[in-house]
Amino acid sequence: MEKILNEINSDKQDIELNCDVALDFEIDKKYQRTTPINIPDLSESTIVRHFTVLSRKNFALSNTFYPLGSCTMKYNPVVNEKIAKFNSFINIHPLQEEETIQGNLEVMSELEKTLCEVSGMDAFTLQPAAGAHGEYTGLLIISNYFKAKGEKRTKIIVPDSAHGTNPASAALAGFEIISLKSETDGTLSAKKLSEILTKDVAAIMMTVPNTLGIFEKQISEISDVMHKNGSLMYYDGANLNAVMGMVRPADIGFDVMHINLHKTFSTPHGGGGPGSGPVGVKAFLKDFLPSPRIIKQSDKFKIDFGNEKYSIGQMKAFFGNFPVILKACAYVKALGGKGLKQASEYAVLNANYLLNLLKDKIKVATGKTCMHEFVLSSKGYLGNGVKTLDVAKRLLDYGYYAPTIYFPLIVEEAMMIEPTETESKQLLDEFADVLIKIIDESNKTPEVVKAAPVNTPVTRLNEVQAARKPQLRW
Amino acid sequence: MNIPSNLFYAKTHEWAKKDGDKIIVGITDYAQHEITDIVHVELPEVGKKFTQAQACAVVESVKSAFDIYCPVSGTVVEINEELLSSPELINQDAYGKGFFFAIKPENEDELKNLMSAQDYEKTIQG
Repeated sequence: MEKILNEINSDKQDIELNCDVALDFEIDKKYQRTTPINIPDLSESTIVRHFTVLSRKNFALSNTFYPLGSCTMKYNPVVNEKIAKFNSFINIHPLQEEETIQGNLEVMSELEKTLCEVSGMDAFTLQPAAGAHGEYTGLLIISNYFKAKGEKRTKIIVPDSAHGTNPASAALAGFEIISLKSETDGTLSAKKLSEILTKDVAAIMMTVPNTLGIFEKQISEISDVMHKNGSLMYYDGANLNAVMGMVRPADIGFDVMHINLHKTFSTPHGGGGPGSGPVGVKAFLKDFLPSPRIIKQSDKFKIDFGNEKYSIGQMKAFFGNFPVILKACAYVKALGGKGLKQASEYAVLNANYLLNLLKDKIKVATGKTCMHEFVLSSKGYLGNGVKTLDVAKRLLDYGYYAPTIYFPLIVEEAMMIEPTETESKQLLDEFADVLIKIIDESNKTPEVVKAAPVNTPVTRLNEVQAARKPQLRW
Repeated sequence: MNIPSNLFYAKTHEWAKKDGDKIIVGITDYAQHEITDIVHVELPEVGKKFTQAQACAVVESVKSAFDIYCPVSGTVVEINEELLSSPELINQDAYGKGFFFAIKPENEDELKNLMSAQDYEKTIQG
């Protein structure tokens, strides 16, 4: 980077652009340049090298393992990218007449149908742009539902093991948040829930399996307690990758949910690209979904604004992030029902395999088995004041991305690992070896771990300084 | 670990100190150490009322954001505005320049619900 900036500065020169194409019209004198253009004069090869060097500094799933369990967590098949670039899909405008975009509408309708099948819900909207936007959409649906019923319900219960976006979305949707403490094994107790449940609670937001990678054993009891109180159940679909084809959220009592297509359905989103967080509801909430809906009438797909009376309105321009929807649709068509189930089975198998490789070397906060992810606690396992943060930085030196650290908040010195189904046994073996090696380094050469990373394009950043005195310009 | 014996402690790691008719509130040295470098603080407004154990402020570190709970019921009478521009004072001097706010208590007896230094030390060792 510095090199090219130096070159730009030193080579900056006035360039005369000579147009060698004969013009068949005259450009008015007042619009003609009188001075040469002042732009850098760099050769094409310099430019190409510059961008190639920069691209090599990128970290991507196409380079190596990314145990983060966040957006873009699993391999994104290249064929889906190719399909998403088909002329017939992309060279259209959403304002075209319905009959000229039937193919696109069919893709969306097909994906809605598939998501209904996977989740057991009765209807889906594909509008929300990402997970938290989906939560917000779901909460507005809940809010409008109770308003339409004439019930004043102002509170949302959020477990302390929930994703941080849950309470944030609930607050944004105008609710007051009540925190529910999880038990020592990380799950929720229906009894404790009923103790804090009041008539003004609109819903509980739950992630199943939860953020510790544990299935909520009392989910049926929790659902009973909530429904008896007239409250609803919201399912955060962030961890749906653990249960596809095995459990359907609607069957275990959930009324509203979102799915992260950029996680479970393998569409890229990391680095700030477009995501997609479709929201599904049971039939009694269908009228509250965002408008417009795609409906089918005598073999033709139509854009329907018919539910305006109860709808929460439009959540995103047109139909959401269409290319993401298209990639997810291609993914489910390639895998089929059996394949999706297998994806979940392998995701759980991979997580348990990795957990077993690590369990004697570091504390597993969540027991001997897990679902699709597990949480380690490095407290007491690292020597010489080395912290989880240092381990995460040291992993970068070995070419891996760091897992989520210091989350969930209920585990001290937490490290949360989700390998997904798309990693091989060999890679999991290598990753476990490296993690064990770093634990060992914390005892033998702690200064190396504390100084990490040293092999990356930039070394350890001063996060405190960056947060306290950010320099947002250069 | 620095745990002054003249203060009262909440199990959520806040301290309370009697100062005339006010009670000064902050977080413990142990808490600042666990939270690590604090980068942002959200303080309550002067005049705002809280009940004991109600969330009243937020600290954010490079690790995460944490709620601070009011150790006694009362009305906020003074806030430490210096923290807004220099949140590192909490890391440097948790019991002094790093205090959060002062509160006029509704009922000083509520201090009895809090722990002594000795008891607090036990909880953080456990």
